[in-house]
Amino acid sequence: MRLIRPGDVAVFTLAALTCGLVVWACWTQSPARTLSIRQGGALWREVSLLHNARYHVAGPLGDTVVRVEDGRARIESDPSPRQYCVGQGWLEHAGQSAICLPNATSITLEGARAYDSLSF
Amino acid sequence: MTASASERLTLVARPLDRQVASLSALAIVLALVDAALPTPLPGVKPGLANIVTLLALYRLGFAAAVWVSLLRVLGAALLMGSMLTPGFFLSLAGALSSLMLLAPASRLSRRLFGPVSLSLIAAYGHIGGQLLLARLWLIPSDGILYFVPAFALAALITGTVNGLLAARLLRRWPSSKH
Repeated sequence: MRLIRPGDVAVFTLAALTCGLVVWACWTQSPARTLSIRQGGALWREVSLLHNARYHVAGPLGDTVVRVEDGRARIESDPSPRQYCVGQGWLEHAGQSAICLPNATSITLEGARAYDSLSF
Repeated sequence: MTASASERLTLVARPLDRQVASLSALAIVLALVDAALPTPLPGVKPGLANIVTLLALYRLGFAAAVWVSLLRVLGAALLMGSMLTPGFFLSLAGALSSLMLLAPASRLSRRLFGPVSLSLIAAYGHIGGQLLLARLWLIPSDGILYFVPAFALAALITGTVNGLLAARLLRRWPSSKH
């Protein structure tokens, strides 16, 4: 009887891959805990991502509406002409941000690791 | 009619019962050794007793493996004084979920899948069941996710090592039935 059979190698590989996946998912994807909202360069408010809410931030052009839901955040509406920050959609990972330049408002997810940008 | 006191009630232990009992005793001793070893993280253990469960599965069948595994959980808890404590329920949950995975896994082709496969499957079953119970009952927070990779890595190592040990021991123990 051989100690290691072909299927064992397959099961071991699968287990090792599971390990890698779990390490990636639990250790490198640090979940964001808070959201900082900036207006005109100054911190307007730092809010928790644990509570679903809508925030109206007054800027030079009007109100930027920030929405927090299920640990994610997005710019829901903004008076800027091109709507880039609204188009960015939901932000989920620490370090991600959305900037509404004309209205001088930005949101950033704060967490352990902050990347300037992520591309896939 | 009442039964007279002189009537003797006898329990006959079949050879299989004796083998299950001796394997269980061995598993309990290994569980105590496990508990005595210092670990970096509570819950990370070599799981040496699982080697005995595998031996029972290979030589005596799945039912015997269930007996050996559950008697070990019970016996070790009695000896360590952890009966009905959270630790006891964690170890019971681990044993049950690993047995649930071993049931289908033991039907895999023996030519392709050896003790190392079953040991790895059992090890992952153990941490899976324990983490699930811990998440649902003991630590109802996603903070527990932070420790999952450590448990998974430990299961990979202990599962492989225990599987290799079981394979070596099975080599020395011929498969002639009790």
